Amino acid sequence: MTLQDLIALLPELILTGVAIIILILDLFLRPEQRHGLVWVSLLGLGAAAIANGLVPTQMASLAQGMLRFDELSKIFNYIFLLGCALALVLSLEYLWRQGIARGEYYTLVLLSTVGAMLMGSSADLLMLFLGLETLSIPLYILATFFIGSASSQEAGLKYFLLGAFSSALFLYGIALVYGATGTTQLDALPKALWEAMEGTPLLLYAGVGLLLVGLGFKAAAVPFHTWAPDVYEGAPTSATAFMAVAAKAGAFAALLRVFAFALPALAESWASLIGVLAVLTMILGNVVAIVQLNLKRLLAYSSIAHAGYLLIAVASAQSPVLMAPATSSLLFYLLVYTLMTLGAFGVLMLAEGQGENLSLSDLSGLATRHPWAAASMALFMISLAGLPPTAGFFAKFYVFSAAIQAGEWGLVLIGVLTSVVSVYYYLRVVYFIYMRPATVERPLHVSSLALLGLALAALGVLVLGLYPPLALSWIAQILRALP
Amino acid sequence: MLTLITFLPALGAVLIGAIARERARLLRAASLAVSLGAFTLALWLSFTFDPSLPGMQFEERRPWISEIGIGYHVGVDGISLFLVLLTTFLVPLLLLAPWDAVKERYKMFSIMVLLLETALLGVFVALDLVLFYVFWEAMLIPMYFLIGIWGGPQRSYAAIKFFLYTMATSVLMLVAIIALYFTSNLSTFDWTVLQSIQLDRVLEFWLFGAFVAAFAVKIPLWPLHSWLPDAYSEAPTAGTILLAALMSKAGLYGLLRFGLTLFPTAAAAMAPYLLALALIGVIYGALVASAQKDLKRMIAYASLSHLGLVAIGILAMSQLGTTGSVLQMVNHGIIITGLFWTVAILAGRFERRGLEDFGGVMKEMPRLAALFFIFMLAAVALPGTNGFVGEFLILLGTFLTEYKIYAILGASIAILTAVYMLWMAQKVFHGPTAAHIEKDSRDLKPREIMLLAPLVAVILWIGIYPKPLLDRISPSVEALVSQAHSRVEFVQELLQIQPRSSEEPPGGAP
Repeated sequence: MTLQDLIALLPELILTGVAIIILILDLFLRPEQRHGLVWVSLLGLGAAAIANGLVPTQMASLAQGMLRFDELSKIFNYIFLLGCALALVLSLEYLWRQGIARGEYYTLVLLSTVGAMLMGSSADLLMLFLGLETLSIPLYILATFFIGSASSQEAGLKYFLLGAFSSALFLYGIALVYGATGTTQLDALPKALWEAMEGTPLLLYAGVGLLLVGLGFKAAAVPFHTWAPDVYEGAPTSATAFMAVAAKAGAFAALLRVFAFALPALAESWASLIGVLAVLTMILGNVVAIVQLNLKRLLAYSSIAHAGYLLIAVASAQSPVLMAPATSSLLFYLLVYTLMTLGAFGVLMLAEGQGENLSLSDLSGLATRHPWAAASMALFMISLAGLPPTAGFFAKFYVFSAAIQAGEWGLVLIGVLTSVVSVYYYLRVVYFIYMRPATVERPLHVSSLALLGLALAALGVLVLGLYPPLALSWIAQILRALP
Repeated sequence: MLTLITFLPALGAVLIGAIARERARLLRAASLAVSLGAFTLALWLSFTFDPSLPGMQFEERRPWISEIGIGYHVGVDGISLFLVLLTTFLVPLLLLAPWDAVKERYKMFSIMVLLLETALLGVFVALDLVLFYVFWEAMLIPMYFLIGIWGGPQRSYAAIKFFLYTMATSVLMLVAIIALYFTSNLSTFDWTVLQSIQLDRVLEFWLFGAFVAAFAVKIPLWPLHSWLPDAYSEAPTAGTILLAALMSKAGLYGLLRFGLTLFPTAAAAMAPYLLALALIGVIYGALVASAQKDLKRMIAYASLSHLGLVAIGILAMSQLGTTGSVLQMVNHGIIITGLFWTVAILAGRFERRGLEDFGGVMKEMPRLAALFFIFMLAAVALPGTNGFVGEFLILLGTFLTEYKIYAILGASIAILTAVYMLWMAQKVFHGPTAAHIEKDSRDLKPREIMLLAPLVAVILWIGIYPKPLLDRISPSVEALVSQAHSRVEFVQELLQIQPRSSEEPPGGAP
């Protein structure tokens, strides 16, 4: 490890440091003082973001070929940090209300973010695996954070068992790829592939398939999605929100690094495989979401469905020419997805009383009780459905244009038709908010910090919908520096 | 200028959002001020509009998403000018009207109407395909709220059905727009550039089909109209008027502006089939209207029937007929507003809408009856009303093309409309007065007359002196239609040359 490596790792190091500091501080703080920990975390996230901006990127890999800090890692880091900060801001009051405002919460969230960042910056399959585990293990714990609740324990255990299983498959995939090519370095893979293709491609195909299974599990792509609804429902909503964003973003960072960048020689086979996954994911996610009455389950299936659209972007990155549009559409989608999903969960957190599990009808009459929360929830739903003038529209627009450019007509047609299906259940939420009178008077637990978070997410969704170049030019400009 | 007109209502909606909902008078005043402001600007626009120029005026171009060639490009010509005017003219009336359905949540209502106004205006002025699509889809959300919050008993069903129906075909148009972008290879979504490209013929058919599907649902063209009876009859009257008078025009306008110019060959080749659908719509709408027992549903089907005729005028691609269609779009907007409105007043006074529930209303409410008769006669296209001018031009123009038969059969609309309209008028306004009619009847209040009078004035003005409108519409229509024709002929010539050139090589080979 040289000094240069340490500098490039500064964002991750800062977050890890802050996570440890929080763990120590927690020992000395009285319960009512723990509010301060969120500010420490936000400070750490801010510092990491600044470091992420200042540290110069480099083409060569670092730390003996384990990591790289290129422009792509930079964008991924920003998205992860934003998602983490927003999730913390939205959940502070919720944690108190639910009686789970413990210091470890922040440590775990920060460490999980570090894991996602390592995934986005990995230059080696083994590093990717380490990142994946660093991301996942805190998430398993976060899912069980309701200590007394059986469903939360069940969620955590289920997530852990299935997660461990998929990690093992992923690791096995790495081993097979190593066996076939003799390397685990992402940089070296494209060249090694050509040689491997002549020998025993079966080993290679099996390895690549297992990698896809492992990452598909984290991304909650069909048919590896079965854990998601139960885990999303049982875990504390704040953890669910973070999980829905961090695990998915991390998984797609890895999918992009592995498939689009390291396995171009196999593009034809993995593109059609991922295309099949995308179709299954979009159809099942959207269709099953229609019948959900529980809000968290509905959002779980919605997040499955969105994995399908993101997979279209990955499947479109089939050749060097298509790399730029596919990558930038994926990044833009992830950014928008982060904002709108966290926003939607944020409103749920405001509405959820202690030990409650909200269903659709619990939102009825929200419009009269709290017009602003109602309006922002409606905005997030409209954006998730991909309707203009919200950012969700342009997110889908870019993904579909990248896919049409790649000639993936079938994916696009299924994509647009399933988004019509999705309109049905997203508008049902809007229907309950605006068109049903409240049956019982339910309080809304509003805190100024959570409202600030919601306002930021809503503003982001609206501004990126009206003027997408704000993020898109920036992404495109950074990506232009990529080889 | 156009940007200001388009976004003024949305800006107003945001400001209204900041007013407390208890301050009802202030809310009304603010929404009226905003919508009248837009109307004033649109009036000024039409006075400074130069009738001698067929092309786009008041154009504005700004980079929007320049990475992929999406620009903010707006402009009006003689076709869109009057749709902008119609939109800004109707919205203040709708906001001011004392709707029974909108006694509560007026704030939300005015916000939604104003947002919808922005989306509609955007559709009419947008010259970039993505910009157009954004406005096109943005119309759906406020309309969903209007139907869903203030609608009738089946409102949630009607609202979602309307939404899914229109969205399902709109997304196909989106795919077609993106496909057009990549096949043209011009890196632009600008309509002015894209209309000059020559597409592969098979692809052109598919793309045209996708566009037409989106437009046909919005118009709606038979057989894609099945959302219409539900949405029209469940929506609150203001929503029904917005749907029938303005949103259907968005579909017709899209067909004319984008369907015919981007895909002229496909449009010409498909015209007979589409004309047949439109004609079926005309007759089917009229027949179903005559069988309705519910007044609002009857007007809804009457609207469907008349919109079919407007579509015939556009699809036949004659200059005269298309000019008539554009004029008739405005006329239909005015007439259908009047009809839905007077029926709503009747329904509101007596709290029922069945045809059988009425009788002898004329004696009790002469002023309402007088206004209704004017709207009805305009719908029947009596000479002297605006309906006559528009329908006459459509039929004449279509008759002069190869599609004579559609003009001849389409002319039956005048008779059919007269049949069910007069029959309905007789049932409702004449005959013995039912007991509950006498009890509940209150004739129009001055405010209602004040709001309906502008509609009557426009009907008579266009009916007697349509020249100022036609002078502005016809140059633009001529330019559009002749360009479409010349491109169709160009392709036909190409096709005539090609077979010969493909025969030559075998002859020269030995």
